[in-house]
Amino acid sequence: MIRILFATTLAFLAALPARAAVDIAEVASPGGIAAWLVEEPSIPFVALEIRFKGGSALDAPGKRGAINLMTGLLEEGAGDLDARDFAQARESLAASFSFDVSNDALSISARFLTENRDEAVDLLRSALVETRFGEDAIERVRAQVISGIRSDATDPNEIASDTFARLVYGDHPYATSDSGTEQSVSGLTREDLVAARDRVIARDRVYVGAAGDISPEELGALLDQLLADLPETGAPMPEEADVADEGFVEIVPFDVPQSVALFGHAGIARDDPDFFAAFVLNEVFGGSGRQSRLSDEVREKRGLTYGIGTYLVDYDYADMLLGQVASANEVVAEAIEVVNDEWARIAEEGITEEELTSIKTYLTGAYPLRFDGNGPIARIMVGMQMQGLPMDYINTRNDKVNAVTLEDTHRVAARLYDPEALKFVVVGQPQGLVPTD
Amino acid sequence: MRRLIALVSSLLVLSFPAQAAEVTTHTLDNGMEIVVIEDTRAPVVVHMVWYRVGSADEPEGVSGIAHFLEHLMFKATDTLESGELSRTVAANGGSDNAFTSYDYTAYFQRVASDRLELMMEMEASRMDGLRLVPEDIPTERDVVIEERNQRTENSPGALFGEQRRAAQFLHHPYGIPIIGWKHEAHNLSLEDANAFYEAHYAPNNAILVVAGDADPAEVIAMAEEHYGALPPNPEIGPRDRVDEPPQLAERRLVMEDPRVAQPYVIRTYLAPERDPGDQRRAAALTLLAEILGGTGATSVLGEKLQFETRTSIYTSAFYRGLSLDDTTFGLVIVPAEGVRLEEAEAALDAAVAEFLEEGVDPDQLDRIKMQLRASLIYESDNIQSLARRYGAALTSGLTVDDVEAWPDILQEVTAEEIVNAGRSVFDRTRSVTGWLRAPSSGPMVEATQ
Repeated sequence: MIRILFATTLAFLAALPARAAVDIAEVASPGGIAAWLVEEPSIPFVALEIRFKGGSALDAPGKRGAINLMTGLLEEGAGDLDARDFAQARESLAASFSFDVSNDALSISARFLTENRDEAVDLLRSALVETRFGEDAIERVRAQVISGIRSDATDPNEIASDTFARLVYGDHPYATSDSGTEQSVSGLTREDLVAARDRVIARDRVYVGAAGDISPEELGALLDQLLADLPETGAPMPEEADVADEGFVEIVPFDVPQSVALFGHAGIARDDPDFFAAFVLNEVFGGSGRQSRLSDEVREKRGLTYGIGTYLVDYDYADMLLGQVASANEVVAEAIEVVNDEWARIAEEGITEEELTSIKTYLTGAYPLRFDGNGPIARIMVGMQMQGLPMDYINTRNDKVNAVTLEDTHRVAARLYDPEALKFVVVGQPQGLVPTD
Repeated sequence: MRRLIALVSSLLVLSFPAQAAEVTTHTLDNGMEIVVIEDTRAPVVVHMVWYRVGSADEPEGVSGIAHFLEHLMFKATDTLESGELSRTVAANGGSDNAFTSYDYTAYFQRVASDRLELMMEMEASRMDGLRLVPEDIPTERDVVIEERNQRTENSPGALFGEQRRAAQFLHHPYGIPIIGWKHEAHNLSLEDANAFYEAHYAPNNAILVVAGDADPAEVIAMAEEHYGALPPNPEIGPRDRVDEPPQLAERRLVMEDPRVAQPYVIRTYLAPERDPGDQRRAAALTLLAEILGGTGATSVLGEKLQFETRTSIYTSAFYRGLSLDDTTFGLVIVPAEGVRLEEAEAALDAAVAEFLEEGVDPDQLDRIKMQLRASLIYESDNIQSLARRYGAALTSGLTVDDVEAWPDILQEVTAEEIVNAGRSVFDRTRSVTGWLRAPSSGPMVEATQ
């Protein structure tokens, strides 16, 4: 008995600072829309995070860029309000709505004051349901998008990511930029944009997180007010992407002093039993801290870059392990050689007991610090729902990190890191770097 | 509806105070100022030390030394090994970083609130006990050169910004980039770093800002113990920089770079900054920037140039009032396709001239003031940005009273004051106009192999 008690106490002491103190309630609106809520009445506003799964990957064939352009038009007029009226109405309420889209989701980050919440929600609803898509607004935003596409064509970072996507994702929507091309965007009509909205903004794919000064009952009513009039269903979701197997080195010549390199290969699914071991491995290898192996080897020891990192990126239709580094043209080949060597070393040797212990301390300690503020909490809750995580994940997540054993990391390192499959796209004038034939 | 987390919530429930953030100030005997912003909503604390020294305080010929020293501050001290500070922060689940500007250099950690004292212990150690060795220099200097490559050399817009600033400030050090000129960055030495450290890093040149779940009295007692013992440097006096000579002639630049796909025009004017006890004109300029170039669909430049004449696809106005010395007010226009830069510039000037004639739309001013009032509510959700506001203000010559008076001053400013502030600043003889464009052959994009 005493022994067990002792163990429990220790676990408690260790766990206390590593617990996030958020109290999530699941809210279902009278109309049947679900949301997660953290009620926090001390500041009189609400942060509302809404995501529609499917995002710009749902562009119809031949209409690449339609969903991106449509997203840009959501704040450009609704109902009787033209773009200027809409902006004035929003400013009068001091509400903020930001609309964004990626291949996997269309996101709305909104915040509004308690004192005029009802009017702010009505205004946001009109943007989604009664989007104006005025001809003048379409032309104005289209010109901005095309300017962006042209600028991307001379930006080494954008060239690198576009090239990497084209070479890795086959014929999946991920293979092309969701801004579309100058040609595809020029051809989009108002009907294309209305159709694009209805492909994405639908009730069967919406996820909501709310944090702030609102009760569950009030949030339930708000959800119906805001979302009940949306179409029930949208476009069918994309297929899984077929990620290229073979490793390669692709050089895109571009006249900049510093080469930009993207690298990576297939990763691991979020619901794979080995995910946490992979997550821990990646944090040791190229994670966000200054202490990662790659940062230590490439930056601290050799001074070859200002920053290098790797990321387990779980897109909805492709699981990837991706990294990036930027180094002067004269030394980028050396940086890439180090990445290759480290990739092979971790696949072969895994990580050490000491590395495992220290990364666990970092990860479990850092986790609760994420939950500081209504905006971050609302975003985290939406992310959890989209990943299919249960509400109590916040309380079990650190246990999952702590449960990873050294043996797990060895096994998963051999499975995850594949030097033969490692792909590099390098944009710049790299010296002494040999591209794959 | 269901509620989870019943299992642990009794241990972890937070108490929500009626109002989020309380500000307490104190000064230690050695001159170190302390600002505590208490917000107990989450068990997190941000610990920052701000030094009243930035790139504009560098000696001639060693541009970039303030920022290079900021990098070197993560090396060994009397009590810490090289890299140990960041390793310790990470081992405690925290994150840390630092930043350098023209007027300040700041170091911060974000950790669970029960780790605050450890942060103070380490930060105090590098305030007084940095022990650089020759081996620290070449590698970290390469890192900084790569940082400059990444931020500046690879970006025509950033290179253009450097050139414009150098033209705006002929003599004042604001004309020198924070990261340093490339040719000088290659030669920064251990001696340069140590000399800069000895001259500027001391408690009487530092401000401690602690924000988050921390009791002010405990923070002050803790600071007394860890920072209070450090000796002040009596040689640190008022910051005295050279004055810019009167600008008598408009300055113009054209920069061409094949990487520019979207040309644009930026105009900057010398402008007064926020001064202690005298922030009214700066407040008018802050509102002027919002009125002219805030949101595209409602700002004066947006309405006139993007909506009415469609000369432009993007316009903006900017003003940075937080500055120790004279600052700039800027206007930006990105022309629509087929509009030449000279036409865009002329349209911009015409729009500003029209505005000065027409005056401020009272409805627009009301909306902006409403948004500023609301921003006080929204910003209290982000404790780190509050902490940064105090740190930046106190290292830019302002006091806590000035920071607290600022929102009311913004509300008091009248339409007339805004127009007058514009009339006094928009003087072409005190301006720099820059055109950024590709060479006439157009952007050069090589085909992918």
